[in-house]
Amino acid sequence: MSLSKERRSAPAGLTYGTISEIKGPLMVIEGVTKASYDELVEIETKDGERRLAKVLEVGMGKAVVQVFEGTQGLSIEGTVARFLGRVMELGVSEDMLGRIFDGLGRPLDGLPEPIPEEFRDVNGEPINPERREYPSDFIQTGISAIDGMNSLVRGQKLPIFSGAGLPHNMLAAQIAKQATVPGKEEDFAVVFAAIGVQNDEARFFKESFEKSGAISRSALFLNLADDPAIERLITPRIALTLAEYLAFWHDYHVLVILTDITNYCESLREVSAAREEVPGRKGYPGYMYTDLASIYERVGRIKGKKGSVTQMPILSMPSDDITHPIPDLTGYITEGQIVLSRELYRKGIYPPINVLMSLSRLMVPGIIAEKRTRADHGDVSNQLYAAYSRAVQLRALAEIVGRSGLSAIDIKYLEFGDLFEQRFLQQGYDENRSLDDTLEIAWEILSTLPEQELTKIKEEYILKYYKRKSG
Amino acid sequence: MGVKGRIIWVAGPAVKADGMLGAKMYEMVYVGEERLIGEIIRLTGDTAFIQVYENTSGLSPGEPVYGTGQPLSVMLGPGIIGSIYDGVQRPLDRIASAVGPFVKRGVQASPLPLEKKWKFRPLVKKGDVLSPGDIIGTVQETPLVECKIMVPPNSKGGEVVNVAEEGDYTLEDTVATLSKGGAVEEIKLYHRWPVRTPRPFRKRLNPEVPLITGQRVIDTFFPIAKGGTGCIPGAFGTGKTVILHSLAKWSDAKVIFHVGCGERGNEEAEVLKKFPELTDPYSGRPLMERTALIANTSNMPVAAREASIYTGVTMAEFYRDMGYDVLLVADSTSRWAEALREISGRLEEMPAEEGYPSYLASRLAEFYERAGRVETLGRPERIGSVTLIGAVSPPGGDFTEPVTTHTVRFIRTFWALDPNLAYSRHYPAINWITSYSGYVDTVKVYWESHVSKEWSELRSYVYSILRREDELLEIVRLLGPEALPDEEKLLLDVARMVREGFLQQSAYDEVDAYCDMRKQFKLLKLFAEFHRLAVESLRRGVSLKSIRSMPIIFRLIRAKSEVRNDDTDKLDALLEMMKSEFEKLMTKEVVTTT
Repeated sequence: MSLSKERRSAPAGLTYGTISEIKGPLMVIEGVTKASYDELVEIETKDGERRLAKVLEVGMGKAVVQVFEGTQGLSIEGTVARFLGRVMELGVSEDMLGRIFDGLGRPLDGLPEPIPEEFRDVNGEPINPERREYPSDFIQTGISAIDGMNSLVRGQKLPIFSGAGLPHNMLAAQIAKQATVPGKEEDFAVVFAAIGVQNDEARFFKESFEKSGAISRSALFLNLADDPAIERLITPRIALTLAEYLAFWHDYHVLVILTDITNYCESLREVSAAREEVPGRKGYPGYMYTDLASIYERVGRIKGKKGSVTQMPILSMPSDDITHPIPDLTGYITEGQIVLSRELYRKGIYPPINVLMSLSRLMVPGIIAEKRTRADHGDVSNQLYAAYSRAVQLRALAEIVGRSGLSAIDIKYLEFGDLFEQRFLQQGYDENRSLDDTLEIAWEILSTLPEQELTKIKEEYILKYYKRKSG
Repeated sequence: MGVKGRIIWVAGPAVKADGMLGAKMYEMVYVGEERLIGEIIRLTGDTAFIQVYENTSGLSPGEPVYGTGQPLSVMLGPGIIGSIYDGVQRPLDRIASAVGPFVKRGVQASPLPLEKKWKFRPLVKKGDVLSPGDIIGTVQETPLVECKIMVPPNSKGGEVVNVAEEGDYTLEDTVATLSKGGAVEEIKLYHRWPVRTPRPFRKRLNPEVPLITGQRVIDTFFPIAKGGTGCIPGAFGTGKTVILHSLAKWSDAKVIFHVGCGERGNEEAEVLKKFPELTDPYSGRPLMERTALIANTSNMPVAAREASIYTGVTMAEFYRDMGYDVLLVADSTSRWAEALREISGRLEEMPAEEGYPSYLASRLAEFYERAGRVETLGRPERIGSVTLIGAVSPPGGDFTEPVTTHTVRFIRTFWALDPNLAYSRHYPAINWITSYSGYVDTVKVYWESHVSKEWSELRSYVYSILRREDELLEIVRLLGPEALPDEEKLLLDVARMVREGFLQQSAYDEVDAYCDMRKQFKLLKLFAEFHRLAVESLRRGVSLKSIRSMPIIFRLIRAKSEVRNDDTDKLDALLEMMKSEFEKLMTKEVVTTT
């Protein structure tokens, strides 16, 4: 297994049989004289079953540890805890691509363990902000709502905010399948971490990767819904440890998909409650921002290194509420968000992206200002936003006052709104649009508005692309 | 020297150590074999509660704790400008050179380069009697900033017995020796100052000079004064960071501190990439020559985040004491408050609202109180200022949460960010109805004497259009726009023009990103005149339809990004063009109807 056997059985640290309390995912061990914070602990039951745990708190003769595989079936009597003298590490290697692992990094595909090239602390280390390269390579996802209006950039963390039953998995799989950097052929890899998702969802991704041929350059880490909940706190960290290794030591451009962050946060809350900590909003711990940041910030590019880590976490908003602490804190850390809309989904639009609430923070400073794509890209995007948001406002108004209460130009905007959803947003799961295709559609629908309404677009682009009605 | 104790308990950033009798509150300590930096935040008997500014993974009970006898301090001297520091003033650039692209712990590095030689020019001579704050000499720190070497505020002063000649010196070289009552004091190019103690000054002055930011909605409608305080609360995605970056780029302050407190690493990378490329509109030099960064990103240790705003404001006060106007922007004070909450939780203190400690409000007050326009200590007499602007990130965008509600009690300019504006990409998404500025009356004099007597009147005129629009939109929501009389429909049109052509400003457009005072005034005048003339024409019988299809409208809206700051004659020409278009309209339509 990736947590290599030699290292696991190393005679480091001391063994204690003095467990005094087991509650929730926690275990209290008494009489501990030599242990350190964050140290890895191996728990062994009377009948030889082994589980992993880590130290949350140590001192004054006792240690509080959190058991990743859960405490079910553990007994105070007969169970021993062995302190391993090191923090949790993952044995990483390039051979992990094409493989499937469990949530702690042990092979699930029946093949032997890859031979580790190195061992790395799963918590990683923060990238020195001074050594970060500012991300500015446009990733074409082939999806108009993203490429045209919320462009993804190499080294960005862009989450999908979804709701129960919405097609976020399809969208993520489509992005993983289609993502390219136009004009560049480079080593590309996908690291996928399932965090408490159902078997079906994990299988969907696996099959999608198999179908597109991406499986040979993917590594899958699966903690499924029926796997231990506390293990979820480790799964994303393991996935990111591999991703960073591939990116910064083997020059890969790695796309990391983490799904579903909501399950991760539930586990975090469970541990916090068991520790009887003062809760923050909705019972989530006050340090959830910092904790989530220790996952989301593990992306980017580094000066002098070729590779990159791009993250696409997926989270389901409890009752579609974007102000819920999980999407809220996520939005404050990530560089934008792609928000899915139940209303568009009901209208039968795929991908049901609510562009008004979506945002890519790196698009304008990284791509538009650096002129990395077609010159009219930024203006067109601004104009689409302005026009569509006006259409949405007018739609609400028309419901009250009726179409007759609106002026002729308002009605043009209403029609634009429908076209925008049906022509621009709507596309197939297998439809891979180039940025030129996307901008072409944008100009087609913008040309239904009178020229002087296009105040966000420079005149030269209007002259070049606006489609005047031929007589 | 400090005491030596022993770790007895570790949980995350919180450590308890015993054998600490004699240690002081807020004393800096080194924790463990790796000598991690920490600070004492509670003392009980011989047990000290320590917050550790570095990752504590692997730290064990039994390891030593070394007291330093000194409070957590920063090193103040030439070399600060252009640097990037973490929350406890460790130089991230030199740490990267030493240990590579990932931040490791236990790395010791001097905040200022000790080996570098600076050209010192003395301004005092042997026999002069100096007191704290007096300027001994100068060092050209960057082409934009001259660092004044001052007698430290905590010095006793005295007679100059020796002063170095003009020449190159390192920070550790003595450049002056003072003597008072037999005691001799050596002055070097730097001194240290504890971060939690405000630096003293002689007198507080009224902030009456506007801080020109080049942002129209701020300078014209919700101005801030030099030495003032402001906050920018907004839900995620409303553009706090972009506004703070714009302020840091374009404000007419002499020195800028940008404190990234628990924010994104890529944003720091953006500042580091773009500031050296952009030029200061006031001097034409690269912006980095007047800027220093404190970057404690969200994944860096949480306790150092708590310290970062104090580190920043202490350095800001140092440049204020030289007689400079300093701007400090902090992004985001909510993350600082969360750090406070996290440490408080580990101390098992009784929480107040939403788990924040009960001293949240007083800590915020102390921080914002360090802003101000002051007469500094020492001779020659000088006036300096520290302007403090903090972003606030309220959970769920709810402005009734504790950090926002407490912050507004201590600031005078409130720029409320509105998600609905951000959704339609109206940036900066500052809501003009809910925002306010307590400095409008104080800076009015400045605008009127430096730009135009008409300023205040025009400002109210245009602002009343925006306010009226807000009221009319309520009616429109019920009855539809067609139910309004023509004059009010016109007002809605003009308000939309003002929003697009004046309030919206692109931070990334070469021409539009920075708008000087004169251009702001002329643009404002264009829209006010348009409304006046349009109302007049309407009353004299010109149809609304003709006004709406005037080609000039298109020009007016784009003027902000088509006319450069140094070319505002074009705006005068536009005004004339507009007047003649209205005249034409009137001769055409008023004649035909009579």
